[in-house]
Amino acid sequence: MRDLAPFCPDGLHVSNLRIARDGKVLLDVPDLALEGPGPTMILGPNGAGKSLLLRCLHGLIQPDAGCIQINGRKLSPEDRTQQAMVFQRPVLLRRSVSANLDFVLKRMGLGRVARRDRIAELLVEGGLQGQARQAARSLSGGEAQRLAILRALACGPGTLFLDEPTSALDPAATQKIETMVLRASARGVRIVMVTHDIGQARRLASDIVVMQGGHVVEHGQAQHVLDAPQSPETRRYLAGGLVT
Amino acid sequence: MRSFAEEFSFALTLIFQGDAELWAIVLLSLQVSIFAALIAAALGMPIGAALAVARFPGRRALIVLMNALMGFPPVVVGLLVYLMLSRSGPLGVLDLLYTPMAMIIAQVVLVTPIIAALTRQVVETLAEEYAEQLRSLGVSRLASVPVLLWDARLALITAFLAGFGRAIAEVGAVIIVGGNINHVTRVMTTTIALETSKGNLALALALGTILIAIAVAVNAMVSTLTLRAEKEGLRHA
Ligand SMILES: Nc1ncnc2c1ncn2[C@@H]1O[C@H](COP(=O)(O)OP(=O)(O)OP(=O)(O)O)[C@@H](O)[C@H]1O
Ligand SMILES: [Mg+2]
Repeated sequence: MRDLAPFCPDGLHVSNLRIARDGKVLLDVPDLALEGPGPTMILGPNGAGKSLLLRCLHGLIQPDAGCIQINGRKLSPEDRTQQAMVFQRPVLLRRSVSANLDFVLKRMGLGRVARRDRIAELLVEGGLQGQARQAARSLSGGEAQRLAILRALACGPGTLFLDEPTSALDPAATQKIETMVLRASARGVRIVMVTHDIGQARRLASDIVVMQGGHVVEHGQAQHVLDAPQSPETRRYLAGGLVT
Repeated sequence: MRSFAEEFSFALTLIFQGDAELWAIVLLSLQVSIFAALIAAALGMPIGAALAVARFPGRRALIVLMNALMGFPPVVVGLLVYLMLSRSGPLGVLDLLYTPMAMIIAQVVLVTPIIAALTRQVVETLAEEYAEQLRSLGVSRLASVPVLLWDARLALITAFLAGFGRAIAEVGAVIIVGGNINHVTRVMTTTIALETSKGNLALALALGTILIAIAVAVNAMVSTLTLRAEKEGLRHA
């Protein structure tokens, strides 16, 4: 199941993670190590537990059992300040586009001038210069998604979790976001991203996690997983067959 | 006995020729109710926000109680405030009965539960929507309160206006604690009641017209704000 570099303490390590609700096992991951440098992409059918796993890694959900380690230490609430997450359904504050960015920059303790400059930079990066003063909640789906990503990047995270950030976007917007993700990754931000777009996984991923029914059914280098999948579930998923 | 048309034209004359007595009553009404709504907002909004965000035993019961207070009969509120302020009451020493302050207190008691209940509802809905995102951004439960209040600002202004509308249209409570004393505690609603019974229909009609204008204006503001809030929330509702 793992054909990555040998264990090194750097990265995210999951052991014996378990979440059950109403007698149903939602997540059961005995062992998962995300230590590669490049983006990790998580694939899998609806309800596989991808979003749940991201929430656990971000410390938003306390698992019933198991432990998550970051760089060799147990994940603590303080680690969340080094992480950022873009949710499957992004939640924007009922404020202007730039006020949404200002909110996180202010929390980081930046002064007025520094914030103003940083906001201008971020807006250019996300192609939202023209919408700075628009109400964030009146943005189009793609614009809202880009703002959510910009806001996450503004936190200056060491790790960025992205939950299907391009699922509702047109090809141009998707490409813009992929560029932003690659740029962040090149800057050293650890990226963990959920997607249903196999082409996107091929374009971005250094390693791929395939999930199904709360289990990790395959984890390996992107090319291996996509071109020579080991598990029957992955083969069926990639072939576009119904996986139940 | 004058005809209705005559009474009404006389009423309009009172309004547009700036009848001093009429406008003094209108001014006092506005002062009392705006002041009462402001105090009620200062009390009700933090209470509502706390009930929305904090988790403690008895919270549900408090919410039910608050919603019940919203429908409290104004006359009974007037009676209770009267008992508090009367000579032998616990606040009797303040000698507030039959003053504008007594009317403000009665309206605050009436309006605070309304503003608190509306605030609780709005902030709780928003808190649920924001919960994970704010936690992800490292905002604590306590620190989330100002964020939620600010982002609910349109709805909170609406709650304030609703409270003001209720206060200024109310008659039962203020007539008991205010007494409708000429030049001291005569507000629009109590004057309308009194002057109608005395047969002075022109003054009553004039005040009624202004009261309706105020109610319509408040409701227009509420709808405008609601529309705006909906429009801003449209895409991600
Ligand atoms: N709080 C909860 N209580 C009960 N069941 C839950 C809860 N949260 C998630 N689930 C269930 O856990 C399963 C995994 O959910 P999750 O959101 O992780 O799926 P996903 O892989 O992200 O799917 P999608 O591709 O549709 O986003 C689903 O069947 C979901 O119904
Ligand atoms: Mg999901």
